[in-house]
Amino acid sequence: MPKNLPKTDVVIIGMGAAGGVAALPLTNAGLKVIGIEAGGWLSPRDFAPDELRNGARNWPQSSQKAANEAPTVRASSDQKAVQGGHPMMNAVGGTTMHYWAQSWRLNPWDFKMVSATRKRYGANRIPADSTVEDWPFAYEEIESYYEKVEFAVGISGQAGNVKGKINDRGNVFEGERQSEYPMSPLRSSPFTAQMDKAARSLDWNPFQGPAAITSELYDGRPPCQYHGFCNKGGCHVQAKSSTAVTTIPKAIDTGNLDVVTYARVTNIVTDNNGKVTGVDYLRGSEEYFQPADVVLMASYAYENVRLLQLSKSRAFPNGLSNNSGQVGKHYLSHHQGSPVIALFPHDLHNWYGLPAQGVAIDDWADDNFDHAALSFIGGANLWVHTDRKPISAAKMSTFGRGRNWGTEWKKFIMENADRTNTAYIQKTTLPYDGNYLDLDPSIKDTMGFPVTRITARYRENEKRIAEFSQTKMEEWYREAGAIDIIKTGLGDAMGASTHAYGGTRMGNNSETNVVDRWGFSHEAPNLGILGASVMGTSGSRNPTLTVQALSWRTAEHLTENWRSIVG
Amino acid sequence: MAKKNSNKKNKIPSQDKSFNSSRRNLLKSVGVVGAAVGAGTATNVIAQDSPQARLETSPITPEALEVLTAQEAETLESICNCLIPSDENGPGAQEARAVHYIDKSLASHNKDARELYMVSLQAIDSYARKTRGRPFYQLISDYQNSILLAVQNNKVSGCSPSGSGFFNMVRNDTIDGTFCDPYYGGNQNFVGWDMLKYPGVRLSTTEAEVAQGAALAPNHQSAYNHDTYTKTAGNSVANQRRGGHNA
Repeated sequence: MPKNLPKTDVVIIGMGAAGGVAALPLTNAGLKVIGIEAGGWLSPRDFAPDELRNGARNWPQSSQKAANEAPTVRASSDQKAVQGGHPMMNAVGGTTMHYWAQSWRLNPWDFKMVSATRKRYGANRIPADSTVEDWPFAYEEIESYYEKVEFAVGISGQAGNVKGKINDRGNVFEGERQSEYPMSPLRSSPFTAQMDKAARSLDWNPFQGPAAITSELYDGRPPCQYHGFCNKGGCHVQAKSSTAVTTIPKAIDTGNLDVVTYARVTNIVTDNNGKVTGVDYLRGSEEYFQPADVVLMASYAYENVRLLQLSKSRAFPNGLSNNSGQVGKHYLSHHQGSPVIALFPHDLHNWYGLPAQGVAIDDWADDNFDHAALSFIGGANLWVHTDRKPISAAKMSTFGRGRNWGTEWKKFIMENADRTNTAYIQKTTLPYDGNYLDLDPSIKDTMGFPVTRITARYRENEKRIAEFSQTKMEEWYREAGAIDIIKTGLGDAMGASTHAYGGTRMGNNSETNVVDRWGFSHEAPNLGILGASVMGTSGSRNPTLTVQALSWRTAEHLTENWRSIVG
Repeated sequence: MAKKNSNKKNKIPSQDKSFNSSRRNLLKSVGVVGAAVGAGTATNVIAQDSPQARLETSPITPEALEVLTAQEAETLESICNCLIPSDENGPGAQEARAVHYIDKSLASHNKDARELYMVSLQAIDSYARKTRGRPFYQLISDYQNSILLAVQNNKVSGCSPSGSGFFNMVRNDTIDGTFCDPYYGGNQNFVGWDMLKYPGVRLSTTEAEVAQGAALAPNHQSAYNHDTYTKTAGNSVANQRRGGHNA
């Protein structure tokens, strides 16, 4: 029998990007919160500038809970799913510890792409097999939450549209903001300056992207030191605005948040009326039951969906909040592969760069250009950045110049180690019939619970964007002086990704969505869901800031409607 | 051991260009094992380029085989040398001690690959004896290269998981061993980082330093030369940067 713990107001499952933000408005309102986290606390001393450990061996997440439950993947239901890697981090702060920290607002178009596409191009432009819907609200409704999070965690960037005033050093295509970023953008570099200049000569609109990294002293944290070990590494000076060094410590300081580390929730418990009553969790070999008035799930899409599917009860025989069969549906992982790789005739000086120090192009993203004569909707954000390390530099493409070993190859990498660049291209990705998450029928984790099975593949719309955006990327690189270009394949199966969306989609229609416009379950009213699993569209940029804005909004809604939600 | 970084700066003699790359001498004069010992050598600061400096920077450090047999190590060393050769353009995987890195990794992080290495190295050596009458490591480099090419093209039977599969693995591991932080037993005397003109691990860079590119003088620092990360007895908590909340 699990040990019964004293009841609390709110349990948050996962102290990462989403739960770590939600904890702050909840505890500020005086609610008692228990945050249950599968990982532990990490400190700057844990993040050595060590490419082998961080980049190649995936410390520390390789040794954690998520490693034992990596999803299986298959492109379609007639195939056998195979277990691969996983991108998740178990730690206080979650993936905000080691992410690239690009922190975008979605474009207003992303919230209403169905109605906007019909209006501009006619009814038949949405792919017939897509299950995409408009969001239940417009950009304007989430704008103030974006702003709250930008200030609470600390985002650096250059605004392009403050109250309608356009600044062409920022993103001229972004939705209207009410304020500038709290910090100026990260500094430029010789390479970003070169790419900025090339884009302007093409008459495009380059800008430095927003990052959850300090560019100046902010809230007691020092500015970025540009040592360049951000990618899969935490920050050695706490310049990365992880929730572990921003909102979570502040929530703890209220005296209302207890973080329980190395604990994994195995079941969300419900009563016969369909209300959740708390969570079962395991810590070491001890089992506990933590009762709560409200449970907020705040894990990755794979974990949120899996825990719902595993939490079967009399009220929810097919898994919690799944009486409409929508849990696991509308899954998508961002099409962020199919990069373009360039070779330049001179050194780029990128040895100390970081993934968030870069230049973006939004001219070919979202609906920022006319699609009337094109065969797809949406687009891609083009991103070039400065990150380079010796091992990955030595593993660079040989651009078809013969063998990838031996004397000639050695000469090639000695000459070109600092002359190559790989673009990061994020594309609008849609949900489709036949793309979904369920429990794998045969593969189990170390505790005997089935792992998540991903059945999903990209369709024509994503592949056409990939092809189109590669052409644009090549044009940009050539303008900047690249002498050789490689365009990689257009993608097929949607593997496990850090950008995993859907599975508990948000929407007013309870027949096609799991949570309502506020993030609470249509079926279990005191169950809230945070994280990208509630997002119905991907946009063409990183999800974290949107996840965090939604989390703040759901938490604030809870504080303002406590009585009606608890019932 | 826990010397201040500032004391070390510019005092580690640069890598000796005349380093003797013959196999016999290499085995006698393999570089320091790991960054912690590397930091120790810096305490014996001697003027650069003197014969004494050469001795001090290339101490005869014992190099154990934790997993591979002596014969497997000979074959693997020759393979590493084919992949990233010591040649007219400078040192390669041999000077970096990639084989030492791989052996150590097979005892720890990479232990699942042990059997693949043992089976494949034997297959390659047998192929050499059968087709050229000598063990792989005794062949001239042209013959070694042609055999390795045959491995890559799946023309040598007995490699596991396949010829190309083993080739890709050993290539990957040789690169890791040549360009990793020296703590792991490879990239000794920073020969890998110097090969790519990587100026080294720094905890902070200025715009002016970045703009110098390859002209920035290499600092020959391991991550674990920095007090923040090295975990030696002398490195007390009081010396360390402030930790995270509750950490």
